Amino acid sequence: MPEKQAHVTVENLTMAYGDFVLMRDLTFTINRGDIFIIMGGSGCGKSTMMTILIGLKAPAKGKVFYGDVDFWGGDPQTRDRIIRRAGVMYQSGALWSSMTLAENIALPLETYTDLTPNQIQEVVSLKLALVGLAGFEEFYPSEISGGMQKRAGIARAMALDPEILFFDEPSAGLDPVSARRLDDLILELRDSLGTTMVVVTHELASIFAIGNNSVFLDVSKRTMTAMGNPNQLLAETRDSNLRLFLTRGEKS
Amino acid sequence: MTAPGAMNLEQPSGDTLKVILSGDWKLSAELPGADKIRQKLEASPSVRNLVVDASQLSSWDTGLLTFLVNLRKFCSRQKISVNHDGLPDGAKKLLELAAAVPEKKDARLPEERVAFLKNLGDTTVYFFHSAGELLAFIGDAVVAVGSLLRGKAQFRPADLGLIMQSCSAQALPIVSLICFLVGLILAFIGAIQLQLFGAQIYVADLVGIAMVRLMAAIMTGIVMAGRTGGAFAAQLGTMQVNQEIDALKTLGISPMEFLVLPRMLALALMMPLLCLYANIMGILGGMVVGVGMLHLSFIQYFNETAKAVGLWNLGIGLFSGMVFGVIVALAGCMRGMQCGRSASAVGDAATSAVVTAIVGIIVSTAVITILCNILGI
Repeated sequence: MPEKQAHVTVENLTMAYGDFVLMRDLTFTINRGDIFIIMGGSGCGKSTMMTILIGLKAPAKGKVFYGDVDFWGGDPQTRDRIIRRAGVMYQSGALWSSMTLAENIALPLETYTDLTPNQIQEVVSLKLALVGLAGFEEFYPSEISGGMQKRAGIARAMALDPEILFFDEPSAGLDPVSARRLDDLILELRDSLGTTMVVVTHELASIFAIGNNSVFLDVSKRTMTAMGNPNQLLAETRDSNLRLFLTRGEKS
Repeated sequence: MTAPGAMNLEQPSGDTLKVILSGDWKLSAELPGADKIRQKLEASPSVRNLVVDASQLSSWDTGLLTFLVNLRKFCSRQKISVNHDGLPDGAKKLLELAAAVPEKKDARLPEERVAFLKNLGDTTVYFFHSAGELLAFIGDAVVAVGSLLRGKAQFRPADLGLIMQSCSAQALPIVSLICFLVGLILAFIGAIQLQLFGAQIYVADLVGIAMVRLMAAIMTGIVMAGRTGGAFAAQLGTMQVNQEIDALKTLGISPMEFLVLPRMLALALMMPLLCLYANIMGILGGMVVGVGMLHLSFIQYFNETAKAVGLWNLGIGLFSGMVFGVIVALAGCMRGMQCGRSASAVGDAATSAVVTAIVGIIVSTAVITILCNILGI
């Protein structure tokens, strides 16, 4: 294993909505090639954390670095340039409903590359095949199931071969088998492409199966209380809230 | 049929009250409430224990549970102990479950009474805030038009085509109906007055100038505000709810260029054409009255209209139409982009898009009319 290289660094971050502070004093590092889990109970700010990392919402305090570049300290152009190297899969897929799957995946390619329409079509077919949706090019998002929409969302997020992929609750609302397939897909993509994965979830099965690093946001303490490999955390933690979370509320 | 739920009170000793429940305790308006027990307890303050006897109870549901919860709340306030041992097992377990997590004290937001001045201040701040948002949105739209002129705007020509179709060809029936009738009504009102002087022929002038210069544009604008402006707000609002707009932003595609620009462009291009069509329909409406009621001939009516309506009138009408198109598109898109993340927010966005567009149309009509007056055209 080569030496770990920091991809995203979060320093003393505070998330707030107006006067309401959601989380404070968050400091953690996401290394290249990690599958990094942001976990915590409902309403702890996992998804808000993601909106800050992908540049949709400014943090109240603190800094986010991509490599050495200050993400929120710089101008919007810098932010745009950085986030173009990232892909995002939203909770509901967020496919553009007026376009077919092929058009959804083609749009980023048409916008940022000078590929010919033929090449684009080849890339689109490949990406759809990678997520198990070969042949669904001409379907509209409303014509396929929720799980397929999520997978198509991943295909779109991967369109530009990003260095880092964000997943917002990838397995929420999926049956166990589809959820497992999605986990396998995430692992597979990381292993073969070396993409950094940031997964926001509270699905225990996924957390233990794919995560090799994580941060736990404790809603009662309004800050992070643990960091590290989830399996190790489960074995070693003495924090009762984290233990309760990782054992599905089992009393120790 | 079993007997409906009933309750008897017994006082076997000075400090004990026995509540005997009998019959069917199913949720209904006839169930006895906890008030009776409360009155009894208040009348005899020596009671310290309450025993619930459910041996004659035949069946129960939530009706029994709410009764017991009320009873327990009241008793714990009065420091009276309640003995539930006689209850069915299921009911006991559910009561425990309901009491397992203590009530969160600060979860219920208190209804604050807001002082008038604070309210006024909040409203004023909100007004200036939303005026600022409006200006920012218009600014963004202008920037987007700028990048369109430099040929760098990112949107799909196919989208533009679809939007153009839905806001032009598909709007023809309703625009025909409205403008035909408006022309007819104008002619009717004019005819009654003008007949007094035997000047029926001037109905053609009246209808022609009114329609071409002003009414066709306004009526088409209002129809489009309701039809297309509301639809734009609902479309963009739903995209906001589904995070589709976030997805655009994280790909570095400006929603302003990708979504707002084609809509604005489509309405700005199509509205003048719709207005031209509306003019014809209005004049036809007037002609029906002129020919049918005032016994003018087609040729007469046509010649009179052609003489009265100048190119300037037409130009002003079409220009107004284009301005209204931009206003309707901007109002619809702005409200859609500002939409919150719920179904009712989408409804609010559509409503407020239509209102904003109509206000915008009326205000800009006033401005255009005054400007034309000053310029003498």
